[in-house]
Amino acid sequence: MRRGIGFWTGLCFTLLVSAFLILPIFASVIAGVTANQFIGISSGFTTRWVLDVWVNYGGTVLLSLQIAFATLAITLVLGVPAAYVLARHAGVTARLVEEALVMPVAVPGLATALGLILAYGAVGGLRSSWVFILIGHVIFCLPFMLRAVLAVLLAIDLQRLEEAARACGATWAQRFLGVVVPNIRGGILAGSLMVVTLSLGEFNMTLLLHTPFTRTLPVGLADAYTALRTEMASAYTLIFFALIVPLLSGMQWVVSRMDQPGGSR
Amino acid sequence: MSIAISLRNCGKTWPGGARGLLPIDLEITAGETLVLLGPSGCGKTTLLRLIAGLELPDDGGAVLFDGREVTRLPIERRNVGMVFQSYALFPNMDVAGNIGYGLRVRGTPKNEVKQRVAEMLEMMQLTDFRHRRIDALSGGQRQRVALARAIAPRPQVLLLDEPLSALDARLRDQLRQEIDALLRGLGITAIYVTHDQSEAMALGDRICVMEAGRIAQIGSGRDLYHRPANEFVAHFIGDANKYTVMDGETILRPEELCLRPNPHGAFNITRVTFLGPVLRVMVRHVDGRELRADVPDDPSLQPGMRVDVTLRRASPTSLESQGLGVGASIILD
Repeated sequence: MRRGIGFWTGLCFTLLVSAFLILPIFASVIAGVTANQFIGISSGFTTRWVLDVWVNYGGTVLLSLQIAFATLAITLVLGVPAAYVLARHAGVTARLVEEALVMPVAVPGLATALGLILAYGAVGGLRSSWVFILIGHVIFCLPFMLRAVLAVLLAIDLQRLEEAARACGATWAQRFLGVVVPNIRGGILAGSLMVVTLSLGEFNMTLLLHTPFTRTLPVGLADAYTALRTEMASAYTLIFFALIVPLLSGMQWVVSRMDQPGGSR
Repeated sequence: MSIAISLRNCGKTWPGGARGLLPIDLEITAGETLVLLGPSGCGKTTLLRLIAGLELPDDGGAVLFDGREVTRLPIERRNVGMVFQSYALFPNMDVAGNIGYGLRVRGTPKNEVKQRVAEMLEMMQLTDFRHRRIDALSGGQRQRVALARAIAPRPQVLLLDEPLSALDARLRDQLRQEIDALLRGLGITAIYVTHDQSEAMALGDRICVMEAGRIAQIGSGRDLYHRPANEFVAHFIGDANKYTVMDGETILRPEELCLRPNPHGAFNITRVTFLGPVLRVMVRHVDGRELRADVPDDPSLQPGMRVDVTLRRASPTSLESQGLGVGASIILD
């Protein structure tokens, strides 16, 4: 097929935009392994910065992962059933609840964090615990899980599928786990990827919620950057990519493996 | 295995006050196939869902299976099989997985499930498709899977909600015959909802015609056709002419009418349409009353021609108030 001028212009534009977006990432990765930032790549490559980051900020990476997965677990346990209940009820109350749950996305993270500190900052040892950050992340991430799952629930004929399962004699637990959940796993995956990504990169709230002993990866990154250690910050970014890309791909792979229908479920 | 079903005073009012079903009584004998027939919104699906246990009747209504009250028993504990208009197959399971679902959730031993599923696959000619995904099946195959899934756990009652309406005409005919053979073979009490009168005629031992939330008439196809209880039934089952005679109205079926050319006849042919098996002829009486007649093909019948209209059958289709006598060949005037 002969392609017209429109195709080639479109392609060039797309490539330019992609390059514009990818360049900073690339520059950052290069800077993280360049021996001397001021001289440039002619100064040679080194793993020194990466090792430095690991020694100084390794703890923040682990804490971020810990918080991200704890956030994922909680948003799954709260978000999936909440979406199910909202999908089954079409009334005004359900829509109001849905709006209320989505609210934290609209409110600036700093404001939510401030609210949390004012309300719960004095409760026991909560302020100095990583759980405090976790609470903030759950509040921020839950709407994303909820919306992703709800969208899929509304797209499938949930009522009819459940009725069919009931007619087959299935109890509520049997049909929820055997019919509903497997048929919305696409939405659950989308929500999960979103939650993990958002939690790992969350900065606004965490900046206020963290303590020197509960620093997360983005907070540490900002710290490295404000200390004018650009090569350290770049190496930090490199570690972040090395972490998140395999993580997200892995999650997608696991779900696509589960996607083969079988008789036993 | 099959059971009798009784409905006592079962009505259904929707939240907001709309009446889905006016309180009705209905007896369904064990092993019978009852067809609920009517236009959309007549309450036939609501009635089916009451029997299924997917809806609760208004206060005072009762559903009995073999004399045992099951009104408040949810569908999952009624041991019914149900086939939905949209099939409602589980996309996360393959064909065999769908068919075996009802057995698995009941905790049937694995090898028993396997055996019964194989039996069902064989019966529905789906053996080659047992590992297919649902979205890789044709409409007819999906409907067979839905049927197999419903009957695999050996339910006491089979409920079918417009199971063929999503299929094209040819396939519908074929599956209708298969379902008919299946229901007769199983001897199961079955309730079949449809808006298609030919489907109702082909499948039902008895047909229950519904109109605006109430039962218009229950009877065999022959009863409904020849002795419709009211004009609604007469028009819903087959074609009907409403014809005014002396002191009332009568229902004349188009195929009961014969046309005889007569230059002094009381009727004038207004339109002739060749339909294949029959010729559809519209005639108008000099006083304006119109009739539709289905007669054997006859090229000599042309618009503008004057004819006599005679009644071929010995007894015309009766609507309680029939003004026509019974005779061999009545000339209509």
